[in-house]
Amino acid sequence: MSRRSGSPWKGSGIVFEKEFSDHLCSPRMLVLEWLILLTGIGAVFISIQGLRSTTAQDPFLFLRLFTDARESMPSFLSVLAFLIPLMAIGLGFDSINGEFNRRTMSRVLAQPIYRDALLLGKFAGGLATLAVGLASLWLLIIGLGLYRLGVPPSGEEVARGFVFLCISVAYGGFWLALAMLCSVVCRSPATAALSALGAWLLLSLLWPLMAGFIAGMVYPSNEVAVLLGIPNPQQIGLQQMLSRLSPGTLFGEAVVGMLQPATRTFGVVFASQARGAVVGAPLSFGQSLLLVWPQLTGLIAGTISLFAISYMAFQRQEVRA
Amino acid sequence: MSEVIIEVRGLKKRYGKTLAVDGIDLTVRRGEIFGLLGPNGAGKTTTILMLLGLTEADEGRISVCGADPMRDPLTVKERVAYLPDMVGFYDNLSARANLRYTGRLAGIEARELDKRIDGALVRVRLEAVADYKVGTYSRGMRQRLGLAEILMKGAQVAILDEPTNGLDPQSTFELLDMIRTLRDDGMAIILSSHILDRVQAICDRVALFNSGRIAIEGSVRELAAQVLGGGYTLQVDTSPEFGSLNAVLTAVDGVTGVEAEEPGRYRVLAMRDVRDAVARAMVNASAPVLRLASVEPSLDEIYRRYFEGLHVKT
Repeated sequence: MSRRSGSPWKGSGIVFEKEFSDHLCSPRMLVLEWLILLTGIGAVFISIQGLRSTTAQDPFLFLRLFTDARESMPSFLSVLAFLIPLMAIGLGFDSINGEFNRRTMSRVLAQPIYRDALLLGKFAGGLATLAVGLASLWLLIIGLGLYRLGVPPSGEEVARGFVFLCISVAYGGFWLALAMLCSVVCRSPATAALSALGAWLLLSLLWPLMAGFIAGMVYPSNEVAVLLGIPNPQQIGLQQMLSRLSPGTLFGEAVVGMLQPATRTFGVVFASQARGAVVGAPLSFGQSLLLVWPQLTGLIAGTISLFAISYMAFQRQEVRA
Repeated sequence: MSEVIIEVRGLKKRYGKTLAVDGIDLTVRRGEIFGLLGPNGAGKTTTILMLLGLTEADEGRISVCGADPMRDPLTVKERVAYLPDMVGFYDNLSARANLRYTGRLAGIEARELDKRIDGALVRVRLEAVADYKVGTYSRGMRQRLGLAEILMKGAQVAILDEPTNGLDPQSTFELLDMIRTLRDDGMAIILSSHILDRVQAICDRVALFNSGRIAIEGSVRELAAQVLGGGYTLQVDTSPEFGSLNAVLTAVDGVTGVEAEEPGRYRVLAMRDVRDAVARAMVNASAPVLRLASVEPSLDEIYRRYFEGLHVKT
């Protein structure tokens, strides 16, 4: 292979701008935004009702805005875990095959840019849209909290909330990359959307159940464990490892680690590990960040690998429709 | 001879086991319209995509404006404008916004770009609807917008893939007329088509594609000489009562073939313009000359004859 000349990034900024403005103006985006806004605000509003009675007791009151669940309404967090993938898939499922179907692909690629720029610009445009949507939702909720609770958030709460926002964007990035991969592989947008949604259902709902099942098969419970009424530690270890293959699990763990400062670990705690710990005492911000760092890295790594796969698939694709 | 802009030698491309393009040689010069003709699947679009570096060639050497599309695709794409088969635009954007997007991708500086877009839209007569969404455009208007993009890019070479596909006769005529003005600007133009009589009207040279190879190449007149056995065709009408003129016409120097189309009407193939000699011969044979017309060799006929000939051989 001969080396190609010129920069692969040339033009990605222009593609990014166009995609970003297209997304922000598109009716699809409007629908998704309203969906998230209404469910999110609903969840927060109800959690505020409960929180108002306990304002004096919790040093991290503001963070509980995001995590508190009341009867008949899930927490804002679980709403997000459910809706971010939907939004990301909605933004990405027709990004590449849509260009083919509109017959604009060959015209755009006949301009002096590499395919890299198109793919990267499209991904960055989608991610920026997602980030803008999530950031405005985040600000809205903080504003609502300020107004209804009447307590300003502390600096640490803001920092933790910001990391939460970053984790949410990374989580959205994973699903956006998956949706784009589907849009590269499947020529029909409907097939791409269905496969992306199928992958989402598999990874988010079925995989956690399957992880437990597989772990139980590999490490069957022994008599000692059954007698003591506790599961086999190896079994739990494997189950946890498997379930972390799902971005939903990573997102859940990372966010809980950030928003509930008392969290010290996500797995089984052995007595030796808990020695000297003050139960219920919050970790410092730095320690919480260390705790969720692997999860955040995992999400970003997953995003990058998916993007790399779609990049390879896209490079090999024929331009002619 | 003017400068060679595109040079292709021994170009080959395989898709799996089928050989889509099988050893093509081409030379296109500045200021000429070069037609790629042939049935569907003959390798025209594949050749075009390889010229642009959008598909990798398996073998062969290509030089477009002095650059190799494999090694240096960006330089080639800067100098070449492309109008794909059934060109598509972003329907939710205006014509101007569509052009601005590709213009910026092409690296044209913002102030210059607006000027060029306006100029191009005026030339293809879309200036009045420039701010309408392209979704409201007809097929012919889209095709003209595609030409505007080529004009905006200010390229040295324009490659048009089936530009008249799906257009009504009036739009086809207008489009071809605009293409001709591109050539007059000094652009080299490659045009692929299967609507032959239209292509004939504007092409300086054509290449006839057949299963991945160029079967014959040259000006329409040269092709006619090769395929039909004569570069000039005359139509001769005489009175139907006169009897056979075959012997008289065949005897004229330079005539290569005579066909009786119907009583009193003959078709004469010749190597050169023999109208004068034919008229004399007829007068000498005291046959009434009711009509004596030179017929432009039609690409349609060349094409049909050529492929008929192939079927006979195989």
